[in-house]
Amino acid sequence: MTEAATKANGSSPPPETMAWDSRSRRVVMVYVPLACFVLILLFPFYWMTITAFKPNAELYDYKRYNPFWIGSPTLDHLYMLLFETAYPRWLWTTMLVAVCATVLSLVSSTLAAYAIQRLRFRGSGYVGLAIYLAYLVPPSILFIPLATMVFQLGLFDTPFALILTYPTFLIPFCTWLLIGYFKSIPYELEECALMDGATRLQILRRITLPLAVPGLISAGIFSFTLSWNEFIYALAFIQSSENKTVPVAILTELVTGDVYQWGALMAGSLLGSLPVALFYSFFVDYYVSSLTGAVKE
Amino acid sequence: MSATTVPATWNKARQQPGRLARLFDYKPFLVFACLLPALGLLGVFLTYPLGLGIWLAFTDTTIGRRGVWIGFENFEYLFTDPIFWNAVFYSVFYTGVATLGKFALGLWLALLLNNHLPLKSLLRAIILLPWIVPTVLSAIAFWWIYDPQFSIISYLAVDVLGVRTTNFDFLGSAWPARWSLIAANIWRGIPFVAISLLAGLQTISPSLYEAALLDGSTPWQRFRYITFPMLMPILAIVMTFSIIFTFTDFQLVYAITRGGPVNSTHLLATLAFQRGIPGGQLGEGAAIAVSMIPFLIFATLFSYFGLARRKWQQGEGND
Repeated sequence: MTEAATKANGSSPPPETMAWDSRSRRVVMVYVPLACFVLILLFPFYWMTITAFKPNAELYDYKRYNPFWIGSPTLDHLYMLLFETAYPRWLWTTMLVAVCATVLSLVSSTLAAYAIQRLRFRGSGYVGLAIYLAYLVPPSILFIPLATMVFQLGLFDTPFALILTYPTFLIPFCTWLLIGYFKSIPYELEECALMDGATRLQILRRITLPLAVPGLISAGIFSFTLSWNEFIYALAFIQSSENKTVPVAILTELVTGDVYQWGALMAGSLLGSLPVALFYSFFVDYYVSSLTGAVKE
Repeated sequence: MSATTVPATWNKARQQPGRLARLFDYKPFLVFACLLPALGLLGVFLTYPLGLGIWLAFTDTTIGRRGVWIGFENFEYLFTDPIFWNAVFYSVFYTGVATLGKFALGLWLALLLNNHLPLKSLLRAIILLPWIVPTVLSAIAFWWIYDPQFSIISYLAVDVLGVRTTNFDFLGSAWPARWSLIAANIWRGIPFVAISLLAGLQTISPSLYEAALLDGSTPWQRFRYITFPMLMPILAIVMTFSIIFTFTDFQLVYAITRGGPVNSTHLLATLAFQRGIPGGQLGEGAAIAVSMIPFLIFATLFSYFGLARRKWQQGEGND
């Protein structure tokens, strides 16, 4: 009773002061912490970019130059990276592996998701659960046996080793994402087509897939990003310098001796992040929807 | 003219589908054909290696030599190895602290983003960036930020703020290195947690908050009795994933410290790699990797009960 009374009193001050009060409160409670978060989350990228374009003289002298800014930007590190190392080759390998692994997993998981969600055979729920469980098996416990397998199959040190092993973590993810998408497509559309005498494959190609295009794009860009970022398999299965992927090559080929070429390292990291970052900027909404969709499923 | 073309097309539509098409209309075959690529790939490159890994853990295989069954010898050896126990300790510590940090900060960020903000979608896009960029590449940036001589954090603390007289030695000794890695892991994990939880927050009906406001609830009560329970199912799933992938993390530690200084920051995954691939002791490496499985099963059960609870809470059927 008294609590209710004080509350009623508390909300009685004139509207102008209350508006001001709630606005300053909002600034302190929302905008300031949010700005801190954004600053901290973005700082490493800023630092990466700044370092990549700084001449060495500025890089190692904080007394004379302000470390947060570039006095005289230079492309030396980038030039060295592109013309004195095998960087373009690494980029190409990474791109090839990522695209092939994505296509392979996308095709197989589309078919699997269609079978599980739409063909409704006996035990389809268990197959779905098994694929979900496969997602919980992390690469860190698989890389040693996979390394021996890859060696025995004669795939060691070839891009095929990566193209065939990446789907192990891509397929479970894509399948779950697509099951969710297929669920949202009305079943009546397929029934109509069946009545009209279409075959199952025609239904998949002409009706279900065109309607699931947003889901396919989400799954595709996600797989591409995951394959681009993959590290442990690429580190364990690839030995020769020219077959390495960008993340592995930067860490194993550019880090030489005790003196690190920070400028070149940062330029390499920046350039290696750029393709996914660009990709990401075009498809942000798909990323967000697939991320949240996969979690909700 | 038209009289001749119309029957022609009509005839074509009446054509019987070919044998192959009819085969694909036979449901058991269709199911089999659709599941074959996915289950085949997963069977050969996931299930088989999982079994092979467990088998390897009980052999003395090295690179270039097929091993023989040696029973629990690898595990007996590991249980007397202080480096292994240190890796177990650090894996648990790293997972515990990093998960706690990620979820505390991620939940806070999600609650902040759930307000009405200008440029909301741009903000969301920026926040997800650390998660999109390859971990190894951002880890290299952290390595440079943690540089003993040219660390920008040391510069801020020593030259700008003047709170310290010497540079931080982030990666030179055991505990600072451990905390530095945890900080980098939290930095990378916040976006995923925040964006997933934000999606969960947006599904909570505003009418619940309105009802609570009318009942005179405090902000803390609204969080404790509405937001948190409604967020619980999604929180459980995201946390399971986060725990599994933090516990088996490899990239960050390998890129920044490679397990050093003096093996103090080895996780089980980095130790398994070091013993197994460059060290050549495949059997021992596999044993270390296999010892992660009990933790993973625990986390999966956690997820299962989280899901079960959601059905019970929301009254959903089994689907």
